[in-house]
Amino acid sequence: MATTDVSQPRARPVRQSLDVLGWLRENLFNSWYNVVITVALLILIYQVVSGLAGWLFTAQGWPAVVANLKVLLAWTYPADQLWRPQLALGVVTLLLGLSAGVWRGIVLALAVGFGVVCLLLALPTFLLAPVPAQVALPAWQMFLAAAALVAVGAFVGNAGGQRLRWPLVIAWVLLYPVVILIIRGFGGPLPIVDTNLWGGLMLTLLLSVSGIVLSFPLGILLALGRRSDLPVIKWFCIAYIELIRGVPLVTVLFMGSLMLPLFLPGGESIDQLVRATVAVTLFSAAYLAENVRGGLQAIPKGQTEAARALGLNVVQTTLLITLPQALRAVIPVLVGQFISLFKDTSLVVIVGLADLLGAAQGVVGQPEWLGTPGGVWRETFLFIAVIYWFFSFTMSRTSRRIEQQLNVGKH
Amino acid sequence: MAVSTPPQRTAIPFYRDTRIIAIILQAVFAVLVIGVLWYLYTNMIEGLRRANLLPTFAFLRTPAGFPIAESVIPYDPSMTYGRAFIVGALNTLRVAVTGIILATVLGIFIGICRLSSNWLLRNTATVYVEIVRNVPLLLQLILWFFLTKAFPRVQESINAGGLIFLHNRGVTLAWPATTASFGAWAPWLWAGLLAGAGFYAVRRYQFVRRDRPGVALPWAALIAGTIALLGFVVTRIASGTWPVTLDLPELQRFNFEGGLTVTASFAALLVGLVVYTAAFISEIVRSGIQAVNKGQREAARALGLTNGQTLRLVIFPQALRIMIPPMTSQYLNLTKNSSLAIAIAFPDLFYVGNTINNQTGQAVPVILMLMASYLSVSLLTSLLMNWYNRRIQLVER
Amino acid sequence: MSDHRSSDDIIICEAVNKWYGEYHALRDVSLRVKKGEVIVVFGPSGSGKSTFIRTINRLEEHQEGRIIVDGIEMSNDIRNIDAIRRETGMVFQQFNLFPHLTVIDNITLAPIWVRKKTRKESEARALELLERVGIKEQARKFPGQLSGGQQQRVAIARALAMEPRIMLFDEPTSALDPEMIKEVLDVMKELARSGMTMLCVTHEMGFAREVADRMVFMDRGQIVEEGTPEQIFTNPRQERTKLFLSQIL
Repeated sequence: MATTDVSQPRARPVRQSLDVLGWLRENLFNSWYNVVITVALLILIYQVVSGLAGWLFTAQGWPAVVANLKVLLAWTYPADQLWRPQLALGVVTLLLGLSAGVWRGIVLALAVGFGVVCLLLALPTFLLAPVPAQVALPAWQMFLAAAALVAVGAFVGNAGGQRLRWPLVIAWVLLYPVVILIIRGFGGPLPIVDTNLWGGLMLTLLLSVSGIVLSFPLGILLALGRRSDLPVIKWFCIAYIELIRGVPLVTVLFMGSLMLPLFLPGGESIDQLVRATVAVTLFSAAYLAENVRGGLQAIPKGQTEAARALGLNVVQTTLLITLPQALRAVIPVLVGQFISLFKDTSLVVIVGLADLLGAAQGVVGQPEWLGTPGGVWRETFLFIAVIYWFFSFTMSRTSRRIEQQLNVGKH
Repeated sequence: MAVSTPPQRTAIPFYRDTRIIAIILQAVFAVLVIGVLWYLYTNMIEGLRRANLLPTFAFLRTPAGFPIAESVIPYDPSMTYGRAFIVGALNTLRVAVTGIILATVLGIFIGICRLSSNWLLRNTATVYVEIVRNVPLLLQLILWFFLTKAFPRVQESINAGGLIFLHNRGVTLAWPATTASFGAWAPWLWAGLLAGAGFYAVRRYQFVRRDRPGVALPWAALIAGTIALLGFVVTRIASGTWPVTLDLPELQRFNFEGGLTVTASFAALLVGLVVYTAAFISEIVRSGIQAVNKGQREAARALGLTNGQTLRLVIFPQALRIMIPPMTSQYLNLTKNSSLAIAIAFPDLFYVGNTINNQTGQAVPVILMLMASYLSVSLLTSLLMNWYNRRIQLVER
Repeated sequence: MSDHRSSDDIIICEAVNKWYGEYHALRDVSLRVKKGEVIVVFGPSGSGKSTFIRTINRLEEHQEGRIIVDGIEMSNDIRNIDAIRRETGMVFQQFNLFPHLTVIDNITLAPIWVRKKTRKESEARALELLERVGIKEQARKFPGQLSGGQQQRVAIARALAMEPRIMLFDEPTSALDPEMIKEVLDVMKELARSGMTMLCVTHEMGFAREVADRMVFMDRGQIVEEGTPEQIFTNPRQERTKLFLSQIL
């Protein structure tokens, strides 16, 4: 007889996997060698964690970090002018928040990522906050405020909706020069702060953002050039990209530092920061070009063909059809590139700039701490490692989330 | 009947002819690029002439006059800058090659850990990867370097079972050394090698004759190893000394005697590069294995292949193809990253180049030589890997 | 209960249950298949039909019930699992050919490594099989160079090369362009007529009408109805079967 049973689904019979013991057996002790591995790892983890925790609370170098919090974040930037980088941070976060509210999607993911970084940074800076706050806003308040501004901006942007679109676009275009202007100053109400006073986390962020922003036009041109049908242009772009990608960043920085002044007529001197920025930009452009090219290659040939068939010319096709799609597709990769650039900017210490790592080295070398047994390097380097980690880890998570969003949109 | 003549071919004005536009565009581009480069070049030459530092490679033949802490070839300060440059290049190659081998081993190990069925192992490996790759390499190198500097003086070395000694001048390891009875053992080694090779050849011949593939290499290695081990023990019994002993470092008044001592800089650089690169390699290994379609494993299992056969014949050959290009770029990254040695005073190519520049002021030739060196390593590796990659690439419609 | 209790039952499934987490994917599925029978399993997507035939060679693990294939009881014993897999060939929706091996290497891989046959023997057999599925001339190409229909015919040849007593087909034509479906179905029909025991998950009702001995309708993890094609097409007993057939025919 045919089966005609139309029973209701029944619950899975009780299995050990639902309780803790079953889970342990399945995931930690499912064979004799896994038992060995688990036990060995547990011992190892216990050793590491207990050792680390014990050290954290007994370490004697924390006063060095506390006393130098401002040095690590902003190096020798005049304390009475610190409100300027703080204002710049505020402008950026507010703008990011507003855009997140207006556009949502990817921008929102980026804004959330950045807000989370600020929140995370508020914690260690709060724990290590120097008692007398000699600046406008203590660091932890600054980071909290930045995170709050992202949130506020998002709400306002959401409420403001489409009306804010164009003002925001204009604001983004103006943002980079405005931020530089605020931090550097132009005399009068904003006295000029020489770039050799810049440093710490501020410089790290400025350099990595500059590296991405300034290398964007060059990178896109190189990517398009490499795909060009014109052999002269194509080979020039290939040569540039492969040359830069074939050498370490330090050699490019070295070149920027030593040869850039030679290229100018009359032997004018160039600011060390500008030299480093140029080097980082030239370096970053080659990698950016390869990423954008990856995006361009991923676009089906049919898109170009359809555009050409509609009568768009080469330039129109590129600007209206291929480039927008390619850039959208490579956003996660670009965030990834930003992370590596963020980490790679630490190399500028080799040409004598005091970024976050350079500032930490400066702190470690301060004569006040010579008496501390074992030195203060462990605490200082751990502190900046945590800052670096918060940034890179959060941004890489953000890039993964964006990637998922883009994939969802595709299907 | 009037047959309509084909329309007269009208001349296209040159500014509308796509072929001519292309040529003009390229010519303009070339002129621009060459112009800019020429402008920069003349400025540079002008400036250097004023500073009396016209670029020349003549300095390469003059004595360097600075010492280099470690070298694989004989070197002393009376030798030339050219020699010093080669010493640096060899040091770079030494750290890069050792680093690549160790990073691959560690990376594959961690990658496999990340695929383990053991929850704790899997997540420990993940934590390792997430910590290591989100902190700048330079910071890690400096940390390792400070760590070696924080080791006690040689006289109070941290002793790990008498095999490894950590001290502030570096790391001293027990290292295998041959003894007088090595000569007696050598025939055994050869015999083992021959037996293994013979076994392998016979098995291969059998495979061909019986016309089916099989596994021979592990067995051949086992045979060779057994014979060598047997000889090892026999030699010990016959001559009273082991043919190869671990040369245990012994602390003298100021230094270690015996064993292998590497400098703190080299140890820090190597450990830093290996730990950092292994995190990236483990990700490549993990995603490479995971990227092989689930259906492939199912199909192989449905055909009755065992787990081991599925891995060896189906999964691994495909994963390898996916892994090769990113592995290449990690190897190149490691080589390029070794230039960070300058921050921890390991005399690699870049460090030596920098010193030469400081002494001679010949920035342009030094930069050119540095770039050319790194570039030739990169290009050579890429070419090799591209060639290999193309050979094993899957054929598509 | 079914009454096929004779000893020539080559597949016996009794009250097979399977859960994915909390989801009850197979509910008391019982089926007996006689040697040489051709069974078509059909039903809406998500009805558990693919899951069901994948439990028969242990690509999916069931939690309750018994599965006996060719006298071998499915258990956690790896030897039994391997033995069952040697007796059953499987053809997948996505072909799952090994892209790094040529067509002929795809087919000879398992005979050489599992059946321990010589390469020459296996290749001769592979060429015979390729001739049987009509693509002998493609033997030295890579899967990526073939059309979908050709790939699926290679996959069938690959499964047949192990000389299985049972063939499992998991929606073999669903990933194919319409013009290629026929070439694969022709091979399957020829196989059915040669006396092979076949269990096919498919929506090709023409194929079912022509060669199936029995049809099994599954829905929500259960076997709702089984019967001869004639009975199923002309006089389905269950409302759900009727409804489903009216939607796809």
